[in-house]
Amino acid sequence: MASFQGTKINPTRFHVSQLKFYLLLLPLAAFMVMPIVFIVSHAFKPMNELFAYPPRFFVQRPTLDNFRLLFANITTSGIPVSRYLFNSLVITLITVLATILISAAAGYAFSKKKFRLKDTLFEINTLALMFVPIAVAVPRYFVVVKLGLIDTFAINILPLLAMPVGLFLIKQFIDQVPNEMLEAAQIDGAGDWTIFRKIIIPMTMPAIATIAILAFQVAWNNTEPSTLYIYNESIKNFAYYMSTFTATNNEVAGQGIASAAALIMFVPNVLIFIFMQSKVMNTMAHSGLK
Amino acid sequence: METKPNLAMQAGVRTVAAPGTRGRLKRWMQKEGTAYLFLAPYLTFFLIFIVLPVAFAIGLSFTSFNAIQLPKFTGLKNYIDLFTRDSVFMQYVLPNTLKFSLIAGPVGYLLSFLLAWVLAQIQRAPRTVLALLIYSPSLTIGVAMQVVWKTIFNGDPTGYLNSLLLRYDLIEQPIQWLQSPDYLMGIMMAVTIWSSMGIGFLAMLAGVLNINAELYEAGYIDGISNRFQEIIHITIPAMKPQMLFGAVMSVVSTFQAGMIGVELSGSNPTPQYAGQLIVNHIEDFGFIRYEMGYASAISVVLLLIIYLCTKVVWRLFSEKE
Repeated sequence: MASFQGTKINPTRFHVSQLKFYLLLLPLAAFMVMPIVFIVSHAFKPMNELFAYPPRFFVQRPTLDNFRLLFANITTSGIPVSRYLFNSLVITLITVLATILISAAAGYAFSKKKFRLKDTLFEINTLALMFVPIAVAVPRYFVVVKLGLIDTFAINILPLLAMPVGLFLIKQFIDQVPNEMLEAAQIDGAGDWTIFRKIIIPMTMPAIATIAILAFQVAWNNTEPSTLYIYNESIKNFAYYMSTFTATNNEVAGQGIASAAALIMFVPNVLIFIFMQSKVMNTMAHSGLK
Repeated sequence: METKPNLAMQAGVRTVAAPGTRGRLKRWMQKEGTAYLFLAPYLTFFLIFIVLPVAFAIGLSFTSFNAIQLPKFTGLKNYIDLFTRDSVFMQYVLPNTLKFSLIAGPVGYLLSFLLAWVLAQIQRAPRTVLALLIYSPSLTIGVAMQVVWKTIFNGDPTGYLNSLLLRYDLIEQPIQWLQSPDYLMGIMMAVTIWSSMGIGFLAMLAGVLNINAELYEAGYIDGISNRFQEIIHITIPAMKPQMLFGAVMSVVSTFQAGMIGVELSGSNPTPQYAGQLIVNHIEDFGFIRYEMGYASAISVVLLLIIYLCTKVVWRLFSEKE
């Protein structure tokens, strides 16, 4: 085997020949991560450093002033910032849990059940992978109006629950669960609901983690409902608050607060991904389209 | 959550089944009913928030509708106007969209694949860290990024890029990056490419890592002699499904990034329409001028463009010949 000089994909040990890859990756990764470092550094800058000339990339004397200002800030309509943050947390939590349940249930049906429209419906879902919500913002608005969902808290959540990518990924993953296992459970008298709860859910945790991350990102960063469907300030979310902030007073006093808000927006995204990354990679191995 | 779809399900079944077919209905419920029960919540939301809006868009696109009076059927007028009268669309919006999606999309995709492949060549621990760093920008596309890019490309001398260029005498006057028609499009593409290592990138990374090592050995016996040949003859064919998934995701995220010009410049329309993409044009007519019928026609055109792009991608990577 010593003569085999082929690929060393996923090597277990360091070898000098890998140096060239590091040489390419390290500068690139540093470049990619620069704006993130910028967000972090910016959020802790005191006022005089935010407007220093020439500007400095890294913070010299870090302070929590920006965060204090952010939470002391009350919008013109009298809503404290913590309210937006609380809304975002509730919206995100419900969206993630509901999306997981709905996608896993549908994925189970598509993967293990037989019904006449199965292939057609899954084909339609695959087509919907390319669905771009903002393309149909106008008719979606009318649907929301007709359903009487304008200015309700639920509209923050409902449009996000059908996630074609999520269903697609979890269905591919449930395909890996051996049918014999389900048959054995059936012989033991387990119904569909028991099978779903006791076998499907535990065995598809990696896919569920992936959907959790995707749903989290969509819900946490979503400004669409707050911008288009909600007038009542007290049920809007943090991402919306952040977007009005950067749009209106991005130049002067708002800078510090905006960067603190940006950091708050960003950190949960990264944390949830770090927490679940190994599971994500596991799911992605089954992500192929044929 | 379970009872409601359940009732809806039975109601739906009753209307479908002919009278006197109780037994058949019962058998159907046993055989297929539970499947639909598990599907019902997903299908409900899918219908309401994805299928219905698309159907509405198609319907409204043949009407004149100002959101106050009832829609008036006007046939193909919106489409004809769009391609013959709307000089902004033909002169700026369509070329901009094509330029943006044909450059930012493929470049982002190729970069995703290359980085995924290179990452697969190193050990696990450093790979995880580097993958996270490279993936992290895609987490923040949109809202949080405005702080970064608006500060970096600020038009004052204190803007990061301006100050850097001024210091080394590369420019004499600060440049209004985000307000200048010459630079806006370039910056939009750079930001989009920078954040394009998202879910498709992860799929391709997993794809490269999961290729069976024996395939490579066999390849080398058959006369492959370098890494480039290895990529062309083994890696890409072996991970075609992931390549396709990544490509579809790349098309989608490129078009989904359509608001970026407006977000960066802070105005719709963007300065001299330099960064105007179809998505902004839709918003301009739909939510600013309230010409909903016309906006819907533009939506339909956009959906068709996305569909065509995906079809092309599918052709390129699909295993079905």
